[in-house]
Amino acid sequence: MAAALIEIEGVGKTYGAGANPALADVSLSISEGEFVALVGGSGAGKTTLLKMINALVRPDSGRVTVAGEAVSGVAPHLLRRKIGYAFQEIGLFPHMTVAGNIGVTPRLLDWSPSDIAKRVDELLELVALPKAYADRMPDALSGGQRQRVGVARALAARPSIMLMDEPFGALDPVTREGLARDYRDLHEKLGLTTVMVTHDILEAVLLADRIVVFREGRIAADDTPRALLAGHPDPGVAALMDVPRRQAERVEALRHG
Amino acid sequence: MGEQLRAALELAPEYLGWHVALSASALALGLAISLPLAVAASRSALVRAPALALASLAQTIPSLALLALFYPLLLAVSALSKATIGVGFQALGFLPSLLALTIYSMLPILRTGVAGLAGVDPAAVEAAKGVGMSDRQRLFQAELPLAAPVIMAGVRTSAVWTIGAATLSTPVGQTSLGNYIFTGLQTENWVFVLTGCALSAGLALSADALLGLVESGAAKRRPRRIWIGLAGLLIGTMAALAPLVVFGGGKPDYVVGAKNFSEQFILAELMADRLEADGARVGRREDMGSDVAYRALAAGEIDVYVDYSGTLWANVLGRKDNPGREAVLAGLTTELLKRDGVVVLGSLGFENAYALTMRKDRADALGIHDIEGLNRHAGELTMGGDLEIFARPEWKALTGAYGLNFKTKKQYQPTFMYRALSGGEADVISAFSSDGRIAADHLVILGDPKHALPPYDAVILISPKRAHDARLLAALRPLVGAIPVEAMQDANYQVDRDGPQKQSPAQAARGLAKRIAR
Repeated sequence: MAAALIEIEGVGKTYGAGANPALADVSLSISEGEFVALVGGSGAGKTTLLKMINALVRPDSGRVTVAGEAVSGVAPHLLRRKIGYAFQEIGLFPHMTVAGNIGVTPRLLDWSPSDIAKRVDELLELVALPKAYADRMPDALSGGQRQRVGVARALAARPSIMLMDEPFGALDPVTREGLARDYRDLHEKLGLTTVMVTHDILEAVLLADRIVVFREGRIAADDTPRALLAGHPDPGVAALMDVPRRQAERVEALRHG
Repeated sequence: MGEQLRAALELAPEYLGWHVALSASALALGLAISLPLAVAASRSALVRAPALALASLAQTIPSLALLALFYPLLLAVSALSKATIGVGFQALGFLPSLLALTIYSMLPILRTGVAGLAGVDPAAVEAAKGVGMSDRQRLFQAELPLAAPVIMAGVRTSAVWTIGAATLSTPVGQTSLGNYIFTGLQTENWVFVLTGCALSAGLALSADALLGLVESGAAKRRPRRIWIGLAGLLIGTMAALAPLVVFGGGKPDYVVGAKNFSEQFILAELMADRLEADGARVGRREDMGSDVAYRALAAGEIDVYVDYSGTLWANVLGRKDNPGREAVLAGLTTELLKRDGVVVLGSLGFENAYALTMRKDRADALGIHDIEGLNRHAGELTMGGDLEIFARPEWKALTGAYGLNFKTKKQYQPTFMYRALSGGEADVISAFSSDGRIAADHLVILGDPKHALPPYDAVILISPKRAHDARLLAALRPLVGAIPVEAMQDANYQVDRDGPQKQSPAQAARGLAKRIAR
């Protein structure tokens, strides 16, 4: 097994005094090249954990290490330039063109304009968008195209880690499935380490190498999709993993019945 | 009418230039302060609450009062800095106007700044953090550009307010389009008033339209529109300022002051004409309040103006007695020089006394001949005063001597006071004895048997720093004792009257000069 690229040790987080902890003493080790899905109900702590990796959320206790360096010891904006981040709301800058959006992190890193232009072309091709889109404004794109730009922007400065928070959650099923598959290919092709939050267990099963199930701020299960589908001693986890299996069986029955 | 309009438009380059200089600097300064403050306020509730509260509070102070308050404040600060570090500054004119308008301009920008920054899409903020922008980069590359349309709406409101309120800087001695309005109101020159209103409104509308172009450019992400708007603003400002730079270059040799009524405008023009005939460059500070004028002279911000012996005696020296005309004049000459270094050059030769005045028919019907007689009917009569009288020591002296418990008391601009009398809204007014309207409107001055009112000889006052200025003294000395009250009444009437023969103060001053030269 490769060395841990992301090391999370005993982190805890409570939002507001008296509230239940969002995370309670959670440890997780993610190796280079892994595709990890974080699943669980809303408020289970999966997004909080994801955002601790790029310092959008600071843990109350415990520590997070990325590539051997403690996250708390680095200026957050410098750390984030090395980590791709895509999320459901996408957050394209409406006052910038597609090219401007994609090139934003390279610009922050002072790349030369010609390098940035070349990189934008590469990325448009990588996420399967026509080059002519470079000069469009975000509001001229469809939802799926916008999230492709969001992914391209996250990848622009060649990060080795991608953090994704329900990146395809707001898209229609066809677009969503296509984009998810395209992304999995990119993950392989670019040798990325991907941590993806999703509440869609089927998406997790089909995309990820490893599924971490959160419940009430703790990890309830952590294994490969295949192992988890085969059954789990925790009845909650077992019920969760049962959902895609039963759905698949019903679809099969409909097709053949 | 055409003559008056031409006279008004001749003044436009100077008035408009100063108006633009003043409102543009106030707006720029207001923007420079309130934008960073809005950013700080949107980051911290600790800044937000007091900043918004203070800006709102400043907005509740009437703008004229805000302007007026800055003058004594700056005067005190200037005196303090002169005493401690030896450098004073002008407390009258541009500076107090600039500061008051700056404060006035801040609220809309602050409020929309906070609202605009709070209204930025949270997803864009999260993305800005996620792509690795520092706090500063996030502010300048994401939050401010996205909040710009909202902030620009505030800047537009602020610009319109500031341009409108800048007309109120005239009474603190700053030339602006307000000069048309204040002078026009005093002399019932409606062409002047309308010219001032039209130019000020036109200026506000143009600024609003150009800023609107910037706003819509920011909202619709059309940089070209933003640049056209900004270029329009820049070119417009430069064009308005050009006359000041080209023709107004260099400071005037002398500054002549005037209080806020027709006689003062005429006398200021008369003195300015004499100085200009001698080749001097003369600036004018008109429409000043009574106390402001004297303090401005003592501080050397104006070099010369005309005041009245009784006013100085009671208001400046705080005296309540009335030793008689000659004694008051002699007392003033020594006291003002000793106390403030102000030189009383001499009396012009006429009095402009506060005089309780009634319509002749009304006085006859009630059988009133003097103030004692008036007092017997006071309970059923309405007293109309100018804006100062009821707060002045003279009024205390009058009521102390006679009683005078009127049914009601009302205050008017001097012009409207005479209108109120002839219209019957007031039964008695505090007129001025040199006013041409007393004869023209068939009014009677009520006698003052108890000598409660001091004498009011018109005297030329010279600032301490010009006390030995031979050129100034030589130019003005011929005016001493040269103006009989009939000549002054006539000149005043030419300005205050209605109809086609109505003259501007400058025209009346030339007529007066001709008359006294004979």
